[in-house]
Formats: sequence, C-alpha cells, structure tokens
Amino acid sequence: MIHGILGIWNYWIVIILMMTGLFIVISRHNLVKKMVGLTIFQTSVFLFYISLGKVQGGTAPILTGYKDSLYSNPLPHVLILTAIVVGVATTALGLALILRIKSEYGTIEENEIAELNTEENSK
Amino acid sequence: MIDLIAIENHLPALQVVIPLLLAPVAILVSLPFLSWLVALFGSLFCLYASVSLFFQVSEFGKINYFMGGWLPPYGIEYVIDEASSFMIVLISLMGVFATIFAYQSLKKEINKKSQSKVYGMWLLALGGLLGLVTTGDAFNLFVFLEISSLSSVTLVALGSKKDKRALTAAFNYLLIGAVGATFYVIGVGLLYSVTGTLNIADLTIKISELTANNSVKAGISFIIIGLMVKAAIFPLHIWLPSAYTFAPSAVAVLLTATATKAALYVLARILFTLLFNADDFTVIILQWVLLPASIVAIFFGTIRAIFEKDIKKLLAFSSLSQIGYITIGLTLGTASGIMASFIHIANHSMMKAALFMGIGAISIQLKKSINVDDLKGLSKSMPVTSISLTVVILSLLGIPLTIGFISKVYLLKAVFSHGNWPILFIIVLTSFLALGYAWQLIENIWMKQPVDTALTINDDPKIYIPLVVLAVFNILFGIYAYPIVNSAFNASAAIFWKAL
Amino acid sequence: MISSTNFIYLALLPPLLAPIFIFIFKNNQNLRDSVGLIGSLISFYATINITNDLMNGGSPTLYLFNIFSDLSLSFKVTPLGAVFGLLCSGLWILAAIYSIGYMRGNNEKNQTRFYIFYSLSIFGALCVAWSSNLLVLFIFYEFLTFATYPLVVHKETDESIKASRLYLGILVGSSLMLFLPAIIWVWYSVGTLNFADGGILNNTFDPVYAPILLSLFVFGIGKAALMPLHWWLPAAMVAPTPVSALLHAVAVVKAGVFSILMVICYIFGPEFMNSSGSGKFLIWASTITLFLSSVIAIRKNDIKARLAYSTVSQLSYIILGGAIATNYSLIASVSNIMMHGVGKITLFFCAGAIYVSTKITKITDLNGIGHKMPLTFIAFSIGALSIIGIPPLGGSWSKFYLLLGAAQSELTIIIIILAISTLLNTYYLLDPVFRAFFMDKNENVKTVNHPLTVYPALCSAFLVILLFFYIDPLLQLVNLIIY
Repeated sequence: MIHGILGIWNYWIVIILMMTGLFIVISRHNLVKKMVGLTIFQTSVFLFYISLGKVQGGTAPILTGYKDSLYSNPLPHVLILTAIVVGVATTALGLALILRIKSEYGTIEENEIAELNTEENSK
Repeated sequence: MIDLIAIENHLPALQVVIPLLLAPVAILVSLPFLSWLVALFGSLFCLYASVSLFFQVSEFGKINYFMGGWLPPYGIEYVIDEASSFMIVLISLMGVFATIFAYQSLKKEINKKSQSKVYGMWLLALGGLLGLVTTGDAFNLFVFLEISSLSSVTLVALGSKKDKRALTAAFNYLLIGAVGATFYVIGVGLLYSVTGTLNIADLTIKISELTANNSVKAGISFIIIGLMVKAAIFPLHIWLPSAYTFAPSAVAVLLTATATKAALYVLARILFTLLFNADDFTVIILQWVLLPASIVAIFFGTIRAIFEKDIKKLLAFSSLSQIGYITIGLTLGTASGIMASFIHIANHSMMKAALFMGIGAISIQLKKSINVDDLKGLSKSMPVTSISLTVVILSLLGIPLTIGFISKVYLLKAVFSHGNWPILFIIVLTSFLALGYAWQLIENIWMKQPVDTALTINDDPKIYIPLVVLAVFNILFGIYAYPIVNSAFNASAAIFWKAL
Repeated sequence: MISSTNFIYLALLPPLLAPIFIFIFKNNQNLRDSVGLIGSLISFYATINITNDLMNGGSPTLYLFNIFSDLSLSFKVTPLGAVFGLLCSGLWILAAIYSIGYMRGNNEKNQTRFYIFYSLSIFGALCVAWSSNLLVLFIFYEFLTFATYPLVVHKETDESIKASRLYLGILVGSSLMLFLPAIIWVWYSVGTLNFADGGILNNTFDPVYAPILLSLFVFGIGKAALMPLHWWLPAAMVAPTPVSALLHAVAVVKAGVFSILMVICYIFGPEFMNSSGSGKFLIWASTITLFLSSVIAIRKNDIKARLAYSTVSQLSYIILGGAIATNYSLIASVSNIMMHGVGKITLFFCAGAIYVSTKITKITDLNGIGHKMPLTFIAFSIGALSIIGIPPLGGSWSKFYLLLGAAQSELTIIIIILAISTLLNTYYLLDPVFRAFFMDKNENVKTVNHPLTVYPALCSAFLVILLFFYIDPLLQLVNLIIY
C-alpha cells in the first residue's frame, strides 16, 4: 500500500502545489502575491497533465529517427504549451492591472485598497 | 471575385476567425471611428455568418466542421447544431447592437488613447464567445474561454477613467475567472486521463460506459465548478456585480447579453449531452448543487437589488437572479425545462442589454454613475429613452405581451410538469418581489419631479436608436413569440438526447 | 351588412386608437375631450350590434393569431361578455361627458395623460369582456392593472403614490402568485384554456383539487376585492372621481368579478362546481366579505370611502351568486353586474358633483345641501335605492334572484345574512340622502354649478329605473349562459 501511495508521488506534488497556489490567491493581501499564487496553481495543473502523458519507458515526444522508439504521449505536452501561453497572458494582464492600480491607489495591498474603495463608496 | 460558396462552406471557422483577425487591424488603425468601423464590420459579418448557419442547420441538420481538414477525434471540430446556432445568432445579434451603441458611449467614457484599442479587445471578446459555443473540442473550449475572459477583463478595466474601482473589479474578475478556467482544465485533464480523447462527441461515447468511474465524476465536477464561475451562479458570482457596475456602459451591454449566457449554454451541454447516460450522477449535480445554488441566487439577487441605489449595481443583482431562473430551468432535467432556459437566455439578453443601454444613455449625458434618484423626472427630459426603458422594465417584470411574460410562462409550465410546487411558489414570489426594485424606477421616471441637473439632458437619437429597436423587440417577440420559442424547442431537442 | 367580426373591431379600435388622437390634439381642449366621447359612441354602437347578433343565435368571434402553439389571441363574445361589454362601452359615454365636467371644474392637471389612459383602460376592460380563453383574459387583466395605474396616481401626491403602490402590489401580487399558477395548472391538466359552455374541467381535472384551484382563482383575481385582498379599493379612492366612477365601480372591479364568473361558468361549469363542491368555501368567503364590508361602510365618514366599501360588499353579492352556481343565482350575479354598475356609477357621479360644487368630502358635512343640489341628490337616492334592492329599480331584480337562488340551495343562514346586510345597506346609503334633504345646513356653503357633472348622474339614474322594466333582454342573455 505504501508502494501505491509513494508510487503516485508526482500527483501528490500536483495536489500540494494546487492547494498552495489556491491558498495564496485567497489569503494573501498583496496583489502581486496573488498573481504568484495563481501562477503556482496553474503550474500544478501543467505538471498534472505532463504526468498523465508519461509512458513508462517512453522518451520525450520528439522524433528520434529510430523505428521502434517508444514515445511519451505528445498531446498533453501540446495542450500544456497552449495553457502556458494562456497563463503568460493572464499574468501579463494581471501585472498590467497591478501597475495601474498602483498608480491610481498608491498601494497594492488588497485591504488598503478596500478601505480606499469604501471611502469612495461613501462619498 | 469572392467565391461565395467557399465562404459558405467555411462559415463555422470564419465566424470565429474573422473577428480574431480583425482585432489587430482595429488596434493598428489609430482613428477611433475607423476602429469602430472595423468592429462593426466584424460583428455584422458574424451576424451574417450565424444567421446563414442557423438556416443551414434548420434545413440540413447538424454541421460538423473539421478545422484544417483534420478528422476527429484527432482534429478539432466545430459543431453547429440547433442549439449552438441558437446561441451564435443570439451572441452575434447582441454583439451588433452593442457595437452600434458602443461608438457614442465609449467615446465619452474611456481614455482618449484607448479609444481605438478598445475595439480590438471588443472583437476578441466577440470572437472568443462565438468560438466558445461552437467548438467541439474540450481543450479548445478552454482556449476560447480564456480568450473571451481576458478580453472582457481588459474591457472592464477600461472603465477606470470614470471610476478607478473598475481596476479592482477587473483584477478580481481576472483572478476568479482564471481560477475557474483552471478548474475547468483540471476537469478536462481528469476526463482525458480516463478516456484518452478531447473531442466532446467522442468523450460522450466513452464516458457513457464509464459513468461510475471516480475520475470521471471528479473531472465533471471540476468542469461544472469552472463553468459556474463564468456563468456567475451563486456562490461563484462575486465578480459580477462590481464588473458590471464599473465597466463602461457599452461593455456592460455586451457582457450581460453574451458572456454569462455562453457559459450557461456550455453548462447545459455538459450536463445533458455529455452526461446523457449518467442519470444518477447528473441528478446529484442538479438536485444538490445547482438547485440550491439557483434558489439562493434568485432570492439574493432580487432582495439585494431592492436595497441598491446605484442602478448598474441594481441591474447586476437583477441579472444574478435572472441567471438563477435560467439555471432552475436546467435543474428540472426535462426537455421543457431546457427549452424554458433557452427562451429565457434569449429574452434576458434582450432585456438586460436594453436596460444597460438606457442607463448608459443617461449616464453619458449626466457624466456620472446613475443612482435611482437620478431617474426622477426623466420622462420630461428624455421621453423616448423613458418610454423604451419603461417597456423593458415591464418586460423584466413579466407583464403579458412582452418577452418576459413568455419566458415566465414557459418556465412555470416546465416547473409545473415536473410537479415541483415549492419551486413554482419561489418563482412567482420572487417575480412579485422584483416589483420592489423595478417599480421605483418607473415611479421615479414618470411620477417624480426632476432634480436640477436632469433638466439639462435630452434625447440623443444617435444613442437611443439601438435601445428603441430592442424595446420594440421586447414587445414584438412577446406577441409573436414563435421564432424564439420554436428555435428554443429545437435547441432543447438537440441538447437533450434522451428526448429523442 | 357588417359582419359581427368587424363589429368587434369597431368596438375595440376606438378605445385603442383614441389615445393617439388625444395626444395629437393635446393642445386643443375641446377637440381632445371630444375624441373620447366620439370613440365611446362608436364603440357602444358596435357593442349593441354584437349583442344583437348574439341574441339572434350568432357567435361573434375575432381571431388574430396564435401566441402559444395551441392558444390564440382571439375574442369570442359570450352572453356574459356581452353584458359586461354593454356596461363598459355604454357607461363610457356617460363617464366621458362627466370627466369633461369634472376635470375642467376642478382644474386638474395632466388631463391629456388622464384621457389617454382612461381610454386604454376601457380597451383593456372590453378585451377582458370578450376574451376567448384564459390566457387572453389574463393578458388584458394585467394590461388593465397597468393602464389604470397612471389614473390612480393621477394627483402625484405622496398619498396617491402610496395608494398606487398598494394598488399595484395587491393586484399584481395576487395575479402573479395565485392567478397565473392557477391558469398554468388548468393548462397543464386540461391541455387548453379556451372557454367552453359547461366548462372544460369536467372529465379532465381531479375533483379533489377543485376547491384549491377555485380558491387560487378567486383570491388571485384581486380585482374582485374578496377579503382580505380588498385593501386596494378604498386606497384607490385617492384618484379623481371619474376614475372611481367608471373604473372602480364599473370597469376594474367588474372585470374582476366577471373573470371569476367566466371561470365558474366556462372553465369549471355549473355542473362541475356543484359535483365537486368547490363552491362551498367560496359561499362563506363571499358572505363574510359582504357582511364585514357593510359593517365597515357604516363607520366611514368619507363619501368615497363609504361607497368603496359598499362596492366591496356588492361585489361579494355577485361572487356569492357564482358560488351557489344554480340558475337563479347566476341570473342574479350577471344582472347585478349590470345593475350595480349603473347604480354605483350614479352614486360616484353624485359624489364627484358634490365635490366639484362644494368641495365637500365628508358625509357629516352634507347637512342640508340637498336644497342647493336637488337633482344630484335625487339621482343619488335612486342609485342608493337600487343597490338596496327596492322595486321598481333595477337592483331589486338581482336581489330577488339571489334570494331565490339561496333558497333553492337551502342556504338559510345566507338568506338571514343577506337580509341583515340589506338593512345595513339601507342605513349607510340613505344616510347621506336624509342629511341632505331633512337636516338644516351647518353653515353657508358655496356651490358652483357644473351641469356636465350633474346630467350624467341623472342619465344613469334614469337607466336604473329603465332596467327594471327592460329586464327581459337581460334575462334572455343570461339564459343563454345557463342552458
């Protein structure tokens, strides 16, 4: 049984990273840290997919020229390339927003922004 | 000489590709008017494409379009059937309305230097949503989900000139949306690990034999949660009120009419087409997750709206409760329930888009965000806008001879045939409670004396024309309900395989 | 030879299209005010022809198009509908004349808006009268609520706004939460909503649930003012008197009881009503209402408030007749729609004439006015006596038939309560008359004469007398319903 649990150690890492990422998104006040948490969360998903694609004894899914090579599943790698690009776009957009928030509010701590917002609300 | 037949054959791809290609063109063209023309051209083309596809489907049946000629399940296919053609017609039609309204509205509400770039984002959002509802590949769906989300975030953030809270609203939208989309990806990954395919039709076949598999169940659950975020179903709706309130008016018009509806459509597809053989599991999702969520959404949206002074926020909460009605139609799990949901998807888009347009028209003139009190005496200064707004508000309340009544009747009929009395009572009770927030708007417009600033505003034909047309639609399709009802019936039959 | 279908157009189009002309002529007072009058004459002429056709065995119908797959937007004139239609279009003529006098005499503002929505309300009432199925009835029932809203809130004072909210809240709330589900229930069980002779529920609906269905209908049709949903009626008295006269004595409340009667006669059918025993609780609900509202009416000093509670009471007479559902009681109900309508409008016309002339709204201030406004008070007495049920006035027929119907069903307690209620009616309706003629004036009250507010009251009082003798055509019509 221990062999079974340890045998899927890559999935455990995925879960830990996923939870860590989500926790950071929710609990940290600093907006940049939230973005970092989001990135960690997304990375864990990438790891998940890649783990799915590994074939035992298979090599990286790049044509080697040999007839009988065993390759890992290339599809998850392709999917993850797409997802990484999406993740980069998300991070870029998020950081751009943070820059603008900093110039408008003067702070990037969520609780301070909320206070400034409630002042705005009550005006 | 443009080969029309070639275009006809490739419409499923073109209706997504053209907006995506036109987006950088709109950004590169630095004159705002020209950018707007590019956006208008893009949305009109999409309208043409979707209407033509709609008629093709009603004559010939489902269209499977293989992107790049690669056959599924290895290639990505786009599926246009009665249900997705319903959605693309709706999305592109509302896109055209929003684009027409956008020119005057965005001119006044966003930064000078962003005015041409916004149309690029606009086209991206439109193309992304169209792709979202037509794609037949699960991962492609994620890509379009993100395309539409990210461009929507940018569009919302552009409201920062009027109110800097648009930035935090956009950031929250980004965070929550990205988390939701990632949940979706996890779900797809789990499904892929079990079945080895990403093609939705293929997944359907493979899952139908694997319904007891825990990975499948977990995967579906992740997917549903991810979609609930995008569809703003309670309790994952948190991004919606702020996003709609602080976004520029035209952006709110576009988003309210299209974004959440597309996600609800995908939800329906997953629940009923993908899981057509998974009765027990689907029932659990419907009864224990979606049903409580939508009931709370309806109450929360209605009651919160009654106490809200800022009109855009009021409309946003009202949207939450209307989304709850749509979801309740889905939870019934019957063909008539799904039909009622589709009818309300179409009708609510038309109602809410018109309402946001009307409020936008007023806020352009008053140059600030509109409170309920700002509507006082509007009938004297902006009669055409007032009449259109009144018609649409009556439609929202579900008064006979409007589309709101049609969707209400079909929803009640569907709930009735399911025999669920408490839900019936909740629906009529909340319809009555909606009077609480809607009637004060009408009272203020017609019965109260105007505040001083209001005396300076007047009707502007350039702005109110799309609003008037939508108000006319509200009544026209309330009387001649056949087109919408019939298409919804076909759409529901296309989704709900068991009915066949 | 105009077909009856075209007559239906001719009757419905004037109240629908008049608002356009009223708006066009909004700056020319005389032209604008005469639009409604001309429209009412055309409409009434058409209605008489339609009724004639019906009595000669025809069945006037008008089909427009299908709204839902099996339900059409169409009109069919039933005998019940013909009575209601005659009442509305006929009294519109009198009310149009009266409104001119009242609005000018009081110098009311927003007169254009008033006439527009007045006309639209008549349109709504006529469409309700001639609806061919429950869906059309519901559509125009709701239309009527919203068309009358601007009239209730006409004065735009805080009191009017509060009253109009109550009005809207009760009427829309009851129709959305009770009436609409009841309609859907019928639609789902039976498959159709078309009115049919003898009802459509007979073999298709489980009789066990029939009382529940009937209560959903009866309390859902809030315009019939069954307690405890009657609050909107006294509250709506903040409206100008022409509104109270035509709408809250004739169009709106009669639309309510009319709808209940349509449901009883053409959805349930008298046979099913009796076999399922659905009427039993309704007999008690309406009796309690008619008794309690009579008691409350005695304590009201404001003229319009007293008349409002009298209306609530009389409406329950009509509902009671429907609940008993025998041929005599149904005759009583249908004839009372006509009699009470004409009688009550007389009373309201008089109340408004008193207000325009003397600004008096309280009954205790009426002492001795009769000598200054003899015609008005004579009309008032005639109307009052008719409602009390004294021959030779029209209202006596309805009371007579109601007592017969109650006796037929051996409901002795009801007969006793009806008798007590009649005594109460006598007191609170004749009290103003006695004060006016037989008591000395309190102080010097200035009266300004506005003939246009007096003559319509005289006309309707005359109608009250006429209807006593001219009862036969009405009975003919009513018999068509039952057999």
